[in-house]
Order: sequence, then C-alpha cells, then structure tokens
Amino acid sequence: MALNTLVVPSTLEARLEVEKRVLDFVDKTGYNSEEGIFSIKLALEETLVNAIRHGNKLDTSKNIRIAYGVDKNHLIIEVEDEGEGFDYSHLPDPTAPDRLELPHGRGIMLIKHYMDDIKFNGKGNRVRLVKRLF
Amino acid sequence: MEKKQHLITEPRGDVTIVTFTDKKILDESNIQEIGEQLNDLVEKHYLVKMLLNFENVEYLSSAALGKLITLNKKIKEENGKLKLCSVRPQIYEVFKITKLNKLFEIYDDEDRALARF
Repeated sequence: MALNTLVVPSTLEARLEVEKRVLDFVDKTGYNSEEGIFSIKLALEETLVNAIRHGNKLDTSKNIRIAYGVDKNHLIIEVEDEGEGFDYSHLPDPTAPDRLELPHGRGIMLIKHYMDDIKFNGKGNRVRLVKRLF
Repeated sequence: MEKKQHLITEPRGDVTIVTFTDKKILDESNIQEIGEQLNDLVEKHYLVKMLLNFENVEYLSSAALGKLITLNKKIKEENGKLKLCSVRPQIYEVFKITKLNKLFEIYDDEDRALARF
C-alpha cells in the first residue's frame, strides 16, 4: 500500500496545510459521512498539535512527517515527529476527579475515541491512526 | 493590527450572553485569542454571570476545552456562574467523552439556560 507523504515544519500554521490535504484526499474517496469527517478532522488536529507542541516542542527547525492513504477501505494516517517520544502506556486519565479541571491532557483520549485504531511506535514519536471509511 | 473579535456579547439582565463567531475553535492562534477575550470579560469587565452560546461552533479541539475550564475557574473564584447552550450534538459528544458535561451545565438553548441563573 503506497501512502502519500509530506513533511512540514513544526508550526501550527503548517498543520492547516496537512489537514487540508488529508481531508481533500478523504473527500476524493467519496466518503461523505459528516460524523466520520468530524472524527477524522478532530483526531488529526489533536495528533498534529501533539506532534508540534509536545513532540517537537514548538521547535520550528524540527519537522513532522505525515503519511496517509486508504488500505482496504480504511483510512491510514501516520504522524511522526523528531522528538524524544513519550511513555504512551501510562497516560493519566483526564476524566479522573483530580484531573477533570486541568486544562490539558485530553488529546489522546479524544483520538482514541474517534479513530478505530491508534498505535504508537516503541519510542512514542510516531503514531498510526486507522479509521474505517466504507 | 487590531485583533479579530471572536466573541459577540449581549447583556440579558445581569447575565451576559457570549456567542462565538468562529465556526471552528481549533486553530491554536484563535484559541489563544478566544481565551484572552473570555478572560478579559471576567477580569476587565467583571462579567461573572456568563452564558456561552455555541450555536456557530462546528468544531472544537481539546485546547479550546482547556480555555473553557480556565474560564470556569475564574468565574467560580468570583462567585459567578457559567453556563453553556446551543451545543451541536457532535460538539456535545466531545464534552461527554471527556466528562466535561459533568463540569459544565449545558442547555439546549438560551432561554432554558437563562431560566437557571
């Protein structure tokens, strides 16, 4: 399966270009579920912001690599940053009573809810999102 | 350069209805400005009985939720009240997934919300 790839700098503006490309790609597949497109848009936004803000620490000299495509009716999106990675296996629960009023920490929870599958590489600086389209 | 006004405010008795003008509260720079404008309403204008109207909002990210939480804290510190209304089903789901529907009072429309201040 060949994925489309692009590399962008770690700017919050560059992610808009990524979102446009991916959503245009999804549109060309003929997928038109409003709910599904909302899910993809939100998960992609959260993933890109995590890569830029937490992965690359807003360092504009660092890039993000994005790959996307369709495989057997599933949308695949991979996002990789140049950061040190993180321990994705021990994330605190943002819905816990002592965390509910914290302003951060909900991104991955939302991505997991809106995607059918999410997998990190061992280091934690690359994530693969999967969503069934058809 | 003047910053874009992301909020429209309307007094209704002692409650201020604040309507978002942006359809997408996703863009980080927008979120930052929105957060600042919301905080200014409390800190500079002492508008501590506030109803946020989400009728125009089609997309919302977790960073925007963070700004709402911060606003809620500020208003609570002033013994004020914050309520939300006119949240589209897809946006309400974001509140529900994150259990923030337990933190915020969310109403179907302005009238129902105003009746509970």
